[in-house]
Parts: sequence; C-alpha cells; structure tokens
Amino acid sequence: MNLIYDPWPWYVAGPLIALTMFVLLYIGKQFGMSSNLRTMCSIGGAAKYSDFFKFDWKAQRWNIIVVLGAVIGGFIASQFMSNNTVKINPEVAQQLSTDYGIESAGEAYLPTELFASENLTDPFVLAVLILGGFMVGFGARYAGGCTSGHAISGLSNLQLPSLIAVIGFFIGGLVMIHLLFPLIFS
Amino acid sequence: MKYLSYLTIGIFFGIIMYKSEAASWFRIYEMFQFGSFHMYGIIGSALVLGVIGVQIIKRNNIKAIGGKEMNLHPKRKGVTNYLIGGIIFGLGWALAGACPGPMYVLAGAGYFSILIVIASAILGTFVYGLLKDKLPH
Repeated sequence: MNLIYDPWPWYVAGPLIALTMFVLLYIGKQFGMSSNLRTMCSIGGAAKYSDFFKFDWKAQRWNIIVVLGAVIGGFIASQFMSNNTVKINPEVAQQLSTDYGIESAGEAYLPTELFASENLTDPFVLAVLILGGFMVGFGARYAGGCTSGHAISGLSNLQLPSLIAVIGFFIGGLVMIHLLFPLIFS
Repeated sequence: MKYLSYLTIGIFFGIIMYKSEAASWFRIYEMFQFGSFHMYGIIGSALVLGVIGVQIIKRNNIKAIGGKEMNLHPKRKGVTNYLIGGIIFGLGWALAGACPGPMYVLAGAGYFSILIVIASAILGTFVYGLLKDKLPH
C-alpha cells in the first residue's frame, strides 16, 4: 500500500469527476471534451471547407485551456504519482496474452504492443491507432458528445438523447471487443 | 486569472483520469469484457452524484457565478445521430482505448503514439464536418 503511487479507487475518482463537472457549471461553463476537436479544426482554418466549423471558436478558448491543463495533469501524475503499471483482472490479462499476444498488462500503463513508439513503423499498429482515433473523433461529433459530454454531463441532466448515445457507445465497444477483436488481432 | 482557474481544473481532471486508470487502454478493454467493477464504479458514482447535484441546482434555482444561468440546456431531440454516432464512437473507444479527455492526458504522460490518435480524431471531426449535411440526423 503506497498512498502516492497506488491507483485511486473508483469511489474516489467518480466523485472527483462529478466535482469537476459542478465546478465547470458553477463558473458558467460545461464539462465536455470532444468539442475541443471541433475547435481545433476551426483554429486550423476548417471553416473554408464546411460551415460546421464557422463559429466563434474564441469563445471556446477556455476549454482549450482545460485541455492544456489535462496535458499537464497527465505529466504530473505519470512522473510523480504513479509507477505507470495497470493491474487488471488476471483472467482478462491472461486472455489478452493467450488470444492476442498482448502481454504487457500489469507491466505498463498502455499496451506496449500498440503504444510503444518503436512500433509505429508497424503498418498494422499505425492502422489501429489511426482507425481508432478517427472513429472517436467522427463518432463523438456525429453523436454530439463523448463520454464526458453525454455519459457524465448529459445523463446527470437526465437527457434521453444522452442515454441513446451512451447505449450506442456500449454497443460499439462490445461489438469491437467481442466480435471485431478476434478478427483484427488474431 | 480566469485562465488560471481553467488550467487548474484541467490539471485536476488530468490527474484524476491518470490516477484512476480511466486513461488506460487495459481498463477500457477490461470494462467491455465485464472483468471488473472499476470503470462502472467510476462512471456510476460520478453519475449518481451528478444527477443528485443537478436536481438540487434545478429545484433551488442555483445560479452560476455572476448570477448567470447554468449551462444545463436540453439536448436536441432525436435518435439516429445519437445512436449511429454513439456506436461509431464506441468502436473507436474500444480500439484506441481512449476517449477525448484521456487522449490529452496520455499526451502529457509522454506517450508519443497517442499523438497519432489525437491527430486522427481531429481528422475524424473534420470529415464529419464535411459530410454533416449528407448524414441522417
């Protein structure tokens, strides 16, 4: 047991996420991370190509600052507050190793097989990262929000559209892990 | 001064995401394998407190700082875009093992490869913007 390096249990993390949302509401903002991707498109000049990116992105600067903070938070936590390994259910770890050859559970924070920089030269790994990221960005905007905007903010406000989106998140996730992973990683 | 508070909230959020392991690919995989209560506990407890808090705000008409209304607008009604968009998001979430908050956190933690995921997510958002009017909503 190490107070600094041990991961935080769910009953610490969950309430702190709720606190994050309420602090943002209290200062007149809202909790939603994926809208920053749209803002970044607009900053990069995407308004030339679609009216979807024609909006007052300067009003969204506050959220970009939150993103900057999240980057710094990730740096602080990984450098000073973690031994950067994640222990998951041993049966799940065993299954990952046997079925897909992903053997870094318990030894790394992210699977080295997919996220080690030297593996970026592997076209398969690159395809997984690009495809995964693309679907996250496309899907989040199509659904009008992501885990923070729908699963936390929207559901907290008892929004039916958010419930539909979250059901979609889980359908997609379950299909990927249970039906597509055996095809992609075997 | 205002920007300092946004930065602080972001740092706070980043540390929570990393320390709770919600930013770990392994935890997302384990969640979709129903291998642990951990992720369900995080989302579930945030949600229970969120619902209670929002109800308290609404019933007591609590205002944001400066007396402004809180940003608790109803979402536009509909099914198609929420369901299809949600499914596409879920496919990507499970494959990349990261959603839009944790992506930035992992960038700060020094995982160079996550920059590929972030760039692809920006591209995905851009392509959505191009196709928006042709997609069912």
